[in-house]
Amino acid sequence: MKRVIAGVATALAATLAVSACGNSDPLAEDTPTNSSGESITIGSANFPESQLLAEIYAQALEAKGVSVTRKPDLGSREKYMDGLKDGSIDLIPEYTGSLLVFLDEKAEATSSEDVYAAVQEALPDNLIVLEKSEAQDKDAVVVTEETAERWNLKSIEDLVPHCGEAVFGGAPEFQTRPNGIPGLASRYGCNFKSFSALEPGAITTKALLEGTVQAADIFTTDASIAANNLVVLEDPKNNFAAENVVPLINKDKASDTVKETLNAVSAKLDTEQLLELNAALNAPDKPEYSDVAKDWLSKAGV
Amino acid sequence: MDPREAGGEPVNSTLTWLFDPDHWSGPTGIPARILEHLGYTALTVLVAAAIAIPLGAVIGHTGRGTFLIAGLSNGLRALPELGLLTLLVLLTYVGLLPVVISLVVLALPPILAGTYAGIRNVDRAVVDAARGMGMRGGAVLWRVELPNALPLILGGLRSATLQVIATATIAAYVALGGLGRFVIDGNNAGAGSPDGYPQMAAGAIVIAVLALVVEGVLELVQRLVVSPGLRDTATRRRVARIWRRPTPDLVSKST
Amino acid sequence: MNVDWPWPWLPRNVDKIAAALGEHLYLALLPVLVGLIVSIPLGWAARRWPGVRLVLVPLAGVLYTIPSLALITLVPLLIGTKIIDPLNVQVPLAIYTIALLVRSVTDALLAVPGDVTAAATAVGFRESRLFLTVELPLAIPVIVAGLRVATVSAMSLTSVGALIGIGGLGELITEGFKRNNAVEMVVAIALIVVLALVIDALLLLVGRLITPWTRVRQGASR
Repeated sequence: MKRVIAGVATALAATLAVSACGNSDPLAEDTPTNSSGESITIGSANFPESQLLAEIYAQALEAKGVSVTRKPDLGSREKYMDGLKDGSIDLIPEYTGSLLVFLDEKAEATSSEDVYAAVQEALPDNLIVLEKSEAQDKDAVVVTEETAERWNLKSIEDLVPHCGEAVFGGAPEFQTRPNGIPGLASRYGCNFKSFSALEPGAITTKALLEGTVQAADIFTTDASIAANNLVVLEDPKNNFAAENVVPLINKDKASDTVKETLNAVSAKLDTEQLLELNAALNAPDKPEYSDVAKDWLSKAGV
Repeated sequence: MDPREAGGEPVNSTLTWLFDPDHWSGPTGIPARILEHLGYTALTVLVAAAIAIPLGAVIGHTGRGTFLIAGLSNGLRALPELGLLTLLVLLTYVGLLPVVISLVVLALPPILAGTYAGIRNVDRAVVDAARGMGMRGGAVLWRVELPNALPLILGGLRSATLQVIATATIAAYVALGGLGRFVIDGNNAGAGSPDGYPQMAAGAIVIAVLALVVEGVLELVQRLVVSPGLRDTATRRRVARIWRRPTPDLVSKST
Repeated sequence: MNVDWPWPWLPRNVDKIAAALGEHLYLALLPVLVGLIVSIPLGWAARRWPGVRLVLVPLAGVLYTIPSLALITLVPLLIGTKIIDPLNVQVPLAIYTIALLVRSVTDALLAVPGDVTAAATAVGFRESRLFLTVELPLAIPVIVAGLRVATVSAMSLTSVGALIGIGGLGELITEGFKRNNAVEMVVAIALIVVLALVIDALLLLVGRLITPWTRVRQGASR
């Protein structure tokens, strides 16, 4: 009997020790010691570029002595906006066009300036956007080189007669977003045969290349576009408005230090840089976000 | 992200979503997804049975290759389906085949184990009698051992079916249909949306109900099909000895 | 499109892997432990009162049948957690463990030979001492068998949580999937399998060690 008790006690202790090893709050990250007394929580969406931008913001702020908590990979915009509202996160890299449409379904603005102005108006009181960057990463309807040749495609309008026989691939939320499937239908009259919900990133490109889908929503700075000679269809009716990268932040957390730092980062970012950053992320040895961010920050001299 | 923000009471909004007639029609409606889900399941179980029943029967009849039974059951129990499915899709392509293959792999152990146990469990006296009557190997297997093994084979099939129904929910992650679609899409829609958490929870309820209904139906089928002479507890105790476990229905839950 | 196999990813990310591993163990093992502790009094009650048994056993069967993705999704509805709360994975795992182990405990207790109980009572063992020092130890082999299945299942089931953003090694699987990194996926899968089998073997060992009388009995009957 003593043996039994001893054995069970050991097993229990071992289990407790082992499970205590695990982070008791998987969402919390260690906050580094800081010197400026400020702290901020940065979130990111469920695709690599967002996580990279968040990491760049994080490291830039840490260099200025701000204490940063990271909460990466929170999901789609629909999901993380709740986090911004309830304070679980303070800052997230955003894209002006999609943000605008999320805040105001009926928004008509399409140019960089108009969209930026409209976003500032549409935001709730506690959230603001800092200066926008020149860098843009838009949703787009993308097809393979072969499909473009077969159907003679340059713009989305050329695709319309073939939409009915094509399967479209994109993130699940693309199906319901105003500038997603509904936008394509109402602005172009394009009604796809069916929709395949895929994780953004490698798997969407894969499905497009294999012909599982004939057209897909691939972000314009995705490295796989150049790597696979994919064709981004033109968007003459501006279904996809301008998408400038911009920090979306809780007004209370936008101290001068934070503003200056992030505006400096935004000033150094442009679409070319984004393309390069994505290509670096996609390199065969799969570098970590933190390394790519660190490299860029030191090169950009921020 | 608090489900309570999804338009007030989450239970209310879930039930509202669940009973919205829009969600019960069309190719993306609940009935369509149920059919897709059952379709994946049926296809998988058929393929798995076609492989595992003959294999288990041969191993049970000849007594050779028993390491396969133990090894497969142990190893595959621990294999995470999400990993197998996504890895296979990444290595091959986005489509039905890799999904079915990974589902079949997971459905094999219960059917294999059930068939093997069933064949081994057949009372030696019955087999002797058959041999005494002049039946040779194949006939003994086909006309005596398999019918007697039926309860355990059916048990294995039941187990596999429930397992596949649960695992098929993951297929939605790789662009397929089925009931997992509601959970994945709802998850992406965000808690603040009426199609967010309410859709997830409604989908989850349908999944749970479907699993229970199928289990009930299969239980009924098993009772009806199995010959009355095999339904007693003596059978179960004999089988328990084979596995050196108290009861054979310690089914591991992998999804 | 080719899958990338960036093997250097592995040594470079040992920290990340270790953190995910720790989180996975926390998500998977704590509920099993809790489930075990809860199952023992429940099993005792089920053994003692046939009415309880009549309710618990079918209930356990029903709960066990519900697919994990469904339960994980419904937990916020039932206990008001947020969507990415680790409890959403831990509560279903505890439920499955209890559903599995209550059967084991009940069956094991019911299987204790009547003459053993009678002898102990005759010598003066009161009910609680009888339970703790005679019946429960005799039930251990069966409970360990159930515990092994519950633990292996839990290790595998935890990864399903990654579909809605709840961590552990499952998140390495989804991240690898999104970034076309087969090494990350394989490492996560392999770790889950290896860990599960190792824990399984450890439980078997501990079970045998604390029940020396079963070894003697087996030896004698061969």
